[in-house]
Amino acid sequence: MGLLYQIFIDPFVQMGTAPDLFVQTLWEGMVGGMLYALIALGFVLIFKASGVFNFAQGIMVVFAALTLVGLYDAGVPAYLALALTIAVMFGIAYAVERAVLRPLVNQPDIILFMATFGLTYFLIGFGEFVFGGDPKVMITDQLFLPKGAVTYKALGGIISVQKLDVAAAVIASIMVAGLAVFFSKTRIGRALRAVADSHAAALSVGISLEQIWVIVWFAAGLVALVTGIFWGARSDVSFALDVIALKALPVLILGGLTSIPGAIVGGLIIGIGEKMWEFYWGPLIGGGTDAWFAYVIALVFLLFKPQGLFGEKIIERV
Amino acid sequence: MRAPSGPLLAVGDILLAVENVSLSFGGVKAVSDVSFDIRKGEIRAIIGPNGAGKTSMLNVINGFYHPQQGRIMFKGEARASMRPHEAASGGIARTFQNVALFRGMTALDNIMAGRTLRMHSNFFWQMLRYGPAMREEAEHRRRVEEIIDFLKIQEIRRVPVGRLPYGLQKRVELGRALAMEPELLLLDEPMAGMNLEEKEDMSRFVLDANDYYGTTIALIEHDMGVVMDLSDRVVVLDHGIKIADGSPAEVKGNQAVIDAYLGVAH
Repeated sequence: MGLLYQIFIDPFVQMGTAPDLFVQTLWEGMVGGMLYALIALGFVLIFKASGVFNFAQGIMVVFAALTLVGLYDAGVPAYLALALTIAVMFGIAYAVERAVLRPLVNQPDIILFMATFGLTYFLIGFGEFVFGGDPKVMITDQLFLPKGAVTYKALGGIISVQKLDVAAAVIASIMVAGLAVFFSKTRIGRALRAVADSHAAALSVGISLEQIWVIVWFAAGLVALVTGIFWGARSDVSFALDVIALKALPVLILGGLTSIPGAIVGGLIIGIGEKMWEFYWGPLIGGGTDAWFAYVIALVFLLFKPQGLFGEKIIERV
Repeated sequence: MRAPSGPLLAVGDILLAVENVSLSFGGVKAVSDVSFDIRKGEIRAIIGPNGAGKTSMLNVINGFYHPQQGRIMFKGEARASMRPHEAASGGIARTFQNVALFRGMTALDNIMAGRTLRMHSNFFWQMLRYGPAMREEAEHRRRVEEIIDFLKIQEIRRVPVGRLPYGLQKRVELGRALAMEPELLLLDEPMAGMNLEEKEDMSRFVLDANDYYGTTIALIEHDMGVVMDLSDRVVVLDHGIKIADGSPAEVKGNQAVIDAYLGVAH
């Protein structure tokens, strides 16, 4: 009886009696979830356009952040380093199209998936070779990102909000809105959806697959850079971050592989869910739940809604 | 962007010539030493039994396959091979034997996709919904609505094409190809799997496209009745070799063609 009370009643009583802690946890969860969502967004962009499940997306986040910090450490001014990093992400997109996608066109999906494994280890090795393996500190000050926290006295307690997290939320929202408009309203966006549906048909109306692939990989690279900056600011910039990047997988299962809104909502659900679980239910089993909770949510979804919240149901006329 | 280039051709001039084209996959010869031409304004049929190399021929013309030998003359310009999107920007549109549509998109969006090459606005202005970019979009939309009226598919314009019956999918696919305003339209079995009524409708659209838009059409078809009614000239392939070329009546009486279709031993 006591245990049932602790599981089903007590957490909600706590939420009610200490609303400030509840809101604080909610906010923390949202910020974490937003970063998961951004990584998942990179996956979705590439998967939609080329049908490739890009295992390297998480590493691209680290690689982008590492390049930015590495260039700055080498004496390049911060904003020039940012511009150069964007150029490097374009270079990666171009090289991936040339060296990976083009030679493997029309190969089974699993081959392309394996190729992105290769890309992952290439980026890790190359990144460590050029910039060294030590954890680095993100150059938030030099990029004029705000620091410190604002505290509000509210709900009978204190809620503290990192300014950096607010900046991350604002910039991420602008970027997502921009991408959404780009993909729904422009010629290139329409071409991208066309490529996702049928390569042969897209070619026949004059869409160049090569160009579209470079564009989506570059878009995914930019998303990776933004993610890398804010993630790097919360911890160190090192390849250890890729463990967190794996959290994008449950997000994708939740949101569906092909849906941009799905990636965002999925990210928020996972982020908030995992923080709430850890804070209110974690102590019952000794804590440390955020390492596995996301995957359990994903498993439950796989059982009941395998195409995800927003995934396309496959419509097939028989 | 890239306007169709080359000299202006009059009706009856050679628009495209296939010259001694051979294509093989590994050791298998799909097409050997085939030559024929397509004249501006005509409806040209390519017929032959299964495995004759008809679709391969179409794939060579629009750049999906690159022939090992021979060349293609298009609007007086010779080329050994080109990439599909280059063929498209040069003015060659096509449909597919097994309908290749953008299944997740509506009929309207599918046909709009055919306008891709004719849109010039910078994506940045399109994103900002800037005046001239919006006017261009509206102009394309108007042309697409014309095609939708032409094909009598007004009711289904908002339906995702994956849900449409096969006959209508074929019609949407034709619409997408017409939206490109091609100089040469390649139709790979436009009436395959259709019932008589659908075939008659489709024949009417093909004839009208030819009359109304002046589009030159090359089509592959199995239904002999359709071929005889529609086409101005017919080329017959069998086992990758050209066995006859001429008017429907000539081809019909050709002994090699009769043998190929009746399966006389070679």
